[in-house]
This record gives sequence, C-alpha cells and structure tokens, in this order.
Amino acid sequence: MTSLGAADLVPVIPELFLATAGMALLMLGVFRGDGSTRFVSTLSVLSLAIAFLLLGLLPEGRTEAFAGMFVTDAFAVFVKSLVLLGSALTIVMSSAYIRSERMERFEFPVLVLFATLGMMMMVSANDLMSLYLGLELQSLALYVLAAFKRESTRATEAGLKYFVLGALSSGMLLYGCSLIYGFAGTTSFPLIAGLFAGGVEVSIGLIVGIVFLTAGLAFKVSAVPFHMWTPDVYEGAPTAVTAFFAVAPKIAALGLFVRAMIAPFGELADEWRQIIVLLSVASIALGAVAAIGQSNIKRLMAYSSIGHVGYALIGLAAGTQQGVRGVLIYLAIYLAMNVGAFAVILSMRVKNGMVERIEDLGGLAQSRPMMAAAMAIFMFSLAGIPPLAGFFAKFYVLAAAIDAGLYALAVIGVIGSVVGAYYYLRIIKIMYIDPQAEPLEKPMHRELGVVLTVSALFTLLFFAYPAPLLAGAEAAAASLLSP
Amino acid sequence: MILQALAFYLFAGITVASAFMVIAARNPVHSVLFLILAFFNSAGLFVLQGAEFLAMILIIVYVGAVAVLFLFVVMMLDINFTELREGFLQYMPVGALIGIILLIELALVLIGWQLSPEALAQGQAPPPEGMTNTHALGGVLYTRYIYLFQGAGLVLLVAMIGAIVLTLRAREGVRRQSAAAQFARRREDAVAIKKVEPRQGV
Amino acid sequence: MEELLREYLPILMFLGVAIGLAGVIVLASLIVARQNPDAEKLSPYECGFEPFGDARKQFDVRFYLVAILFIIFDLEVAFLFPWAVSLGDIGVFGFWSMVVFLGVLTVGFVYEWKKGALEWE
Repeated sequence: MTSLGAADLVPVIPELFLATAGMALLMLGVFRGDGSTRFVSTLSVLSLAIAFLLLGLLPEGRTEAFAGMFVTDAFAVFVKSLVLLGSALTIVMSSAYIRSERMERFEFPVLVLFATLGMMMMVSANDLMSLYLGLELQSLALYVLAAFKRESTRATEAGLKYFVLGALSSGMLLYGCSLIYGFAGTTSFPLIAGLFAGGVEVSIGLIVGIVFLTAGLAFKVSAVPFHMWTPDVYEGAPTAVTAFFAVAPKIAALGLFVRAMIAPFGELADEWRQIIVLLSVASIALGAVAAIGQSNIKRLMAYSSIGHVGYALIGLAAGTQQGVRGVLIYLAIYLAMNVGAFAVILSMRVKNGMVERIEDLGGLAQSRPMMAAAMAIFMFSLAGIPPLAGFFAKFYVLAAAIDAGLYALAVIGVIGSVVGAYYYLRIIKIMYIDPQAEPLEKPMHRELGVVLTVSALFTLLFFAYPAPLLAGAEAAAASLLSP
Repeated sequence: MILQALAFYLFAGITVASAFMVIAARNPVHSVLFLILAFFNSAGLFVLQGAEFLAMILIIVYVGAVAVLFLFVVMMLDINFTELREGFLQYMPVGALIGIILLIELALVLIGWQLSPEALAQGQAPPPEGMTNTHALGGVLYTRYIYLFQGAGLVLLVAMIGAIVLTLRAREGVRRQSAAAQFARRREDAVAIKKVEPRQGV
Repeated sequence: MEELLREYLPILMFLGVAIGLAGVIVLASLIVARQNPDAEKLSPYECGFEPFGDARKQFDVRFYLVAILFIIFDLEVAFLFPWAVSLGDIGVFGFWSMVVFLGVLTVGFVYEWKKGALEWE
C-alpha cells in the first residue's frame, strides 16, 4: 500500500466525517466557551444524523479497506445505524439534564461523538488490532463520561471503578489476542478463518486465547460473571450518562462480540458455544433474580440490561444465520425500549432535584397518566409480554435456539423471562396502585416528550409492521455468515 | 551464544524478581522503583529478540514518562498503605485461586505448544537484511497500517480531553497580568481632571 | 541477529561493570568504615528541628495533569522516530499520513492551550 485510493476512503466516509466533526466541534466549543454547549449539542446531533445518512449512501455489499483492517457490510451498517441512533437520542435527551445538574460543558457531546466513533470502528473491525483500537477509543471516552460530574463522589467512584475494571478486561482481551496471534500467525479475521476451513485440529493455546478474548468481550457487554461493575457504574454515573451506557455501547459491544466470534472462529462454533451458553444462562438468571430487591431505578435498569444481554447472547450461542438475525432484532428493540424507559427516568425530577428511587414513581398514573402509560408499555415490553416489541425480540432468539437444538437454553430463557416479569410488573403496580409520592415536576421537557412518544409508539405498534426491521436484520445476518 | 543465553536468564530473572517486588514492597515508592527496574530488564529482553526500537521506546515512554506519572500518583494519594494492606490476607485465598487457575492455563498452553504449518507460513517475515527494525517498522506503520495509526492519534486526543475534563479546574481569585488590557487602557479611563475650588474639597 | 547483539555487547559489559562497581562500593563501605550506630544517628536530620510529619505530602492534582499531557506528547514523538528514518521509502503518502496525525494532536494542543491547562496560575 503506497497510496490511498478511493477504494480505501469510500467505506470509511461516515467515520471520517464523524472524526472531523468531533474535532471541529471541540474547536468551536473551546473558542466560544461553555456557553455554547447547547449549540455544540445541536451540531453533534446533526453530525450524527449526517453520518447516519452517509451510512445509507455507502455502496452495497462487502468491502474491505486499509489492507483488510476495516470492513463494511450489511451487518456493520445495521449495527452502526442503531449505534448512531442511540447516541443521537442520548444527546437529545440529556440536554435538559446536563443543564439542570450543572454539568453543562461542551466536552460532553464531543466525548459522546468520539465514543460513537470508537463504536463504529469496533463494529467494522476486521482484525484483532482494529478491534482493540476501536474498543479503547470507545472505552476511554466512556470512562471520562462516567466521571464527568466530578464534584459528585458517586460519579467519580463510578468512573474509577469502570476504569480499573475496564483496564483489567482490556488486559485479558489483549492477552487472548496475543495468544491467538501466536498460534494462528495472523491477526486478520479472514486469514484466521481460513486456517480452520479444512477442519484442522485446533491447538489448545488458540482455544485458551479465544477464552480470554471472550472474557474481555463479556466484560464489555456486562455478561455474568463479568458484570460486577454494571450496577455500581449505572447507579453512580449521572443519569444522562447511564442512559448512554445502557444503549449505544451495549449495542456496539454485542455487535463486536457477534462479529469476533463468527467471522474468524465461525468454524469453531462447537468450541466456543459452551462458553456463550454459560454466559447467557448466568446473565439471564442473575438479571431475573438480582433485580427483584432493588430500590434504585438505575440499579434496576442495570440488572435488567444484564438480563437482556443474556437473551441476546442466546442468538449468538445458536451461531446460525437465524440466531444472528435474532440478536440484531433484539438490539433494535432493546434500543427503543431502553431509550423510552430512560426518558421517563430522566424526567423524574421533584422540586428539590432528581430522584431515582422506584417509590418516587408512586401514583404516577394519577398525576401524569400519559407518562405512566408509556412507562407501563416499556415495562410490559421489557418483560416480554405480547404483543409488544419486547416479546418479538425474545421470540426470535428463542426460536433460533430451538432450531439449533439448544432446547435447555430456550427453556431457561422462558423461565427467566417469567421470573423477571415480577419486577417489571412491580413498577407498574407502584405507578398505578401505590399512594402518591411527591409529584414530579411539570412539564416534561419537550425533547424528552418527543423521544418518549416515538419510542412508546414503536414498542406498541412494532407487531403491526415488523417487515422492514426483519428484512434488514436478515440481510445483515446473511452478510456476516455467508459473505 | 552462551553469552546470549546467560543475558536472557539474567534479564528474565531480574524482571520476574522485580515484578514480584512491585507487589511485595512495603513502601509504594519502592514499588514504582522496582517497576522501573522491571521495565529496564524487559527492554533488555526486547534487545535480545532483536526488537531494538521497542526496547528504546519502552525506556523512553515507560521509564521516562509513565513511571514518573506513577510516582506522582503515589505521592498524590497520600494513603496510609499499611492500613490498606490489612485487608490483604482476607482476599488472599481468592487471589491465590485465580493465580493458580491462570498458572494452569499457562501450563496448558505450554504443553500444547504446537504451531500449525499454516500459522508459520502466515507469520510475518523478519525485517530484510541490512535494515534496522526501526526502518522496517516505519515502512509499514504509516502506510499499510495508516488506519490504526490515525486511530491511535484519536485515542491520544481523547486522552488529552479526558485529562483536562477531569482534572483542570478554574481557580478563583487568581490575579493575572493581561498585557493587552494594560496597553488598551487609556488616560481617559484612569485619570479624571477635576477642578477643585479652594476650601471646598472634592 | 548475531551482529546486532554484538553491537550491544559493550553495553552489556558496561552494565556489568556498573553493577559490579556499585556493589563493590556498598560492600567496601560496609567492611572498611567503622559502624557504630545509635538512635540519634539514625534519626532523620532536619536542619536542627525535630522531624515533624511524614515526608510524603498530598500533591496538587495539577502536577498530574502536566505529567499526563507530557506522556501524550512523548508518545507522539515516539511515532516520529521510525517516520523520520523511513521517510525516504514511504514517500509522499507517508509524509501526509504523519501530517494528519500531527494535525489531530494539534487540535488537542489548541484545545488545552485555550482551556488554560498550560498555565500554572
């Protein structure tokens, strides 16, 4: 490679644009001061929207760029669209919060932009090195965001905890990568996959490498037993940041997880399937049981997200095209449900500031009937009750598991879903039956209202017109499994 | 050849010993100093492998900068480390268990050490004769691996933003000299000529 | 490979001599000098005062900021070495590749300058 042609630059246009926009906004912010935060936020949402459009304009089919470091295919485009959507919605939702919590600094949207860029690089990774680089860019920005409200001890503690454990998991991931490189002789996904194509015997060193790689990735998606950081970080970080953590990085990390397992090690599915099944079962079980005793709604959402990661991993455990399609549908619906639920949590404000106990939702049905109805939709959907979107999300991954012969896993998934329904329904009971808590401050911010309405409508009406999402996920899964 | 083996065991032995001392030393400042010793010996190991550039970078970046940062952090924390150490025994069994598991895994890797011929064929070739490895590295880092190179630039940028966001705070009540403001000050802003009548005051 | 290591042989010898000499000096002072310690002699001497407090004190976080910014630019410089050595081979593309990299870090530099991170007070 002695020059950079259009063939290399075209597939990365969205990333290139986002990087340039991030730097331009950084300069704009620093020259205009913190008073420009709203302006910078608006422009960053606009940049994410433009990147989204550019993503749609990319030529179809699978293209590799930069000597095979970077790949773009329907899978990457699908996951990146979700990530961009999640990040943009987070910035929109957080604008009122960061103003009232006195963390209105222009670095906030800029860091979200760079984190999003890292996520896009992760999803498009076609090499162990670009995988790691994307992951680090994302994580570094997230560590800073977690501690962004630096006067708050809890936020600082959350940031520190996230950083220390994140660094540890990066270390495990790198150790795994180096073992894989040592035994496979290459870091490129297609070349590694080529090694196993003939059904050769796999050396144990490589398997140990895959185990470490999986452990590192499981930490990033917060699957049990690598979940310990999640509740503390979700609870301690500022709510706007928690809303971000719950959506975009989860989606990107799961996308990366799926690609890193299927693209290089697809032939070894029998070797790694048991690990994924274990992660999945443990996450579902813990997500269902541990959330019951929680009184803080952010902590509850943390356990809920652990459980949902478990369900998404069922699709990966199946390892089939149907399974990957299930994961992708799950991620899209998960995005809508979580964004909506966090829009409600972000508007839990009484006269003296933000509240985050579940009891604070008491009697919401009387004081704010629309908001309570929307929250009820999200909770029913998260519990997986038909005909809401969350039911279909679970349905597709469980169907894939059954087709792949993983009956026990599917049964555990259903049981977990029944147990988990208890705490989602408890929230609904608190909103509709329990006595009135201190009423939430009115009115809800306009941006939050819009996000809430749109995501509630999506969750409610998904069953009426699921075709576009299903077709998109189908094409994306096909592009990953049979390129 | 014997000298080479001797040097290897010397460097490797000191690396392991000083790495152990990093966690065993009572005084955290001594830990950092042992860390520096470990870095130096790893640099020696790199040289034995022929990776001169990495060896020098290890010394410049890790010994020159990272270890200094660690010293600052150790100084900054000002924690009573003997108190901190009291919980050590409590976590000892769990830590030892994890250590043993890791050791078993390493042993498995070593026992199963066999490279498939395909893997050997895919391994990158050593730098061509008559070319230093700095030169060989430069030949691919900025062109073939430009994507990773620019990505590393972005990671550094985010690190810079992060460090400033988390630690820089505007100090209240700091008096600064502003040359521009001094030059822009005109006589009319500062001096007013009042006609004072006798015996009436201002 | 052999030749490369032969070039490092003088450094190894130098290292040996340095370690040996340091050892000899420490040992010699142990053997030759008269050792007669008591409590007063071993206590730290602070200009006539009784020592008060620990020698370690909490540092201002600003030192840390300076150190971390230094590391970032140190790494940047590390990238410059192989570039300078191989610039003849990698041509215009390699040149501009580095210019873009430096451009990204210059954005960071402008940011920290405008933020006032380079000012002490």
